[in-house]
Amino acid sequence: MAQVKVFSTPTCPYCIKAKNYLKEKGVAFEAVDVSQDRLALKEMVDVSGQMGVPVIVVDGDVIVGFDQERLNAKLGL
Amino acid sequence: MSALDCVIVGAGPAGITAAVYAARKRMDFIVVTQDVGGQTALSADVENYTGYQFITGAELVAKFEEHLRQFGVVLKNGTTVTRIRKAADGTFLVDTKKESFSCRTAVVASGRRPRRLDVPGEEVLRNKGVTYCATCDGPLFAGKDVAVIGGGNAALDAALQMVRIAGKVFLVNINDRLGGDAVMREKVQASDKVEVLNAAVTKEIYGGPFVQGIKVEQKGGPRDLAVEGVFIEVGSVPNSDIVDFVKKNEAGEIVVDNLNRASVPGVFAAGDVTNVPEKQIIVAAGEGAKAVLGVFRYLSQTR
Repeated sequence: MAQVKVFSTPTCPYCIKAKNYLKEKGVAFEAVDVSQDRLALKEMVDVSGQMGVPVIVVDGDVIVGFDQERLNAKLGL
Repeated sequence: MSALDCVIVGAGPAGITAAVYAARKRMDFIVVTQDVGGQTALSADVENYTGYQFITGAELVAKFEEHLRQFGVVLKNGTTVTRIRKAADGTFLVDTKKESFSCRTAVVASGRRPRRLDVPGEEVLRNKGVTYCATCDGPLFAGKDVAVIGGGNAALDAALQMVRIAGKVFLVNINDRLGGDAVMREKVQASDKVEVLNAAVTKEIYGGPFVQGIKVEQKGGPRDLAVEGVFIEVGSVPNSDIVDFVKKNEAGEIVVDNLNRASVPGVFAAGDVTNVPEKQIIVAAGEGAKAVLGVFRYLSQTR
């Protein structure tokens, strides 16, 4: 199964949608709130080279934003 | 392939309300959209949608979606419409990257997107401190100094959101005084965290790899603001490029009559993509309803 990590903030609508979408599709993921966790924020900026949320990492591949098409392709949905 | 009765493009308040009405009329239709909620999803607090004294944009969208789902509507979400074309037989083709949908009518409810500031540094530093969504990215700037560019309600809203999160908030307004609603202005002016720069033109966003500051031109001379976040809230532009054969106004908005008909029969439009004044959630929702009732009438007259 794919390793999925979602970096998000609590207020970001696309983050909420991305997480709901993964739940709907039965995809297990680790969720990190970068507004609370400074180290996670740094990790997000390091892996994605940018500061927009959400950032979704699927098996090491970085997807910036809730890009449903890319997410589907990566997860075979 | 037989043509659908209707394709609704977009799923903001206009598109979703259109879909609810279309479903109740048992029309043969689909909704094609990039996302659900559109700009509403990005609104922090909504206090003027009748029935809700206070609701967040995200919650209101969840309510809209719940209402829509009740009807088992075919919702092609995450799908970008690239173009709407006229077919030779008087029907229309709605193109996406992957497929094309044939339909007898189209309701364009594709909304608007944030206007770019068009200054050096904006594009290269996008998502590197430059953002168009305070609701989304605001919390990343906890304790940091930021600038909000703009002077209308969206800028005031962004500034007020950042007051709770950021260090200092510069509000860089190109006009001589702030616009927007008095209630919002008073809240902003009451905050000792906000410095308002009126008649201030943003010239450049600089930094690398992340934002380090902005250069502003004012009457008293240039100013350099050391900020790590730049929130651009300078209005929006209509997503009307997908349809090139209907009449638009100088702002690029699709011109509709009071029955939501565009200049070509069979094409209807609703919400913020149109020339209807007042870009409000509740107005867009009402326009969506009107558009589909118009579609229904058109279909029964032309069938």
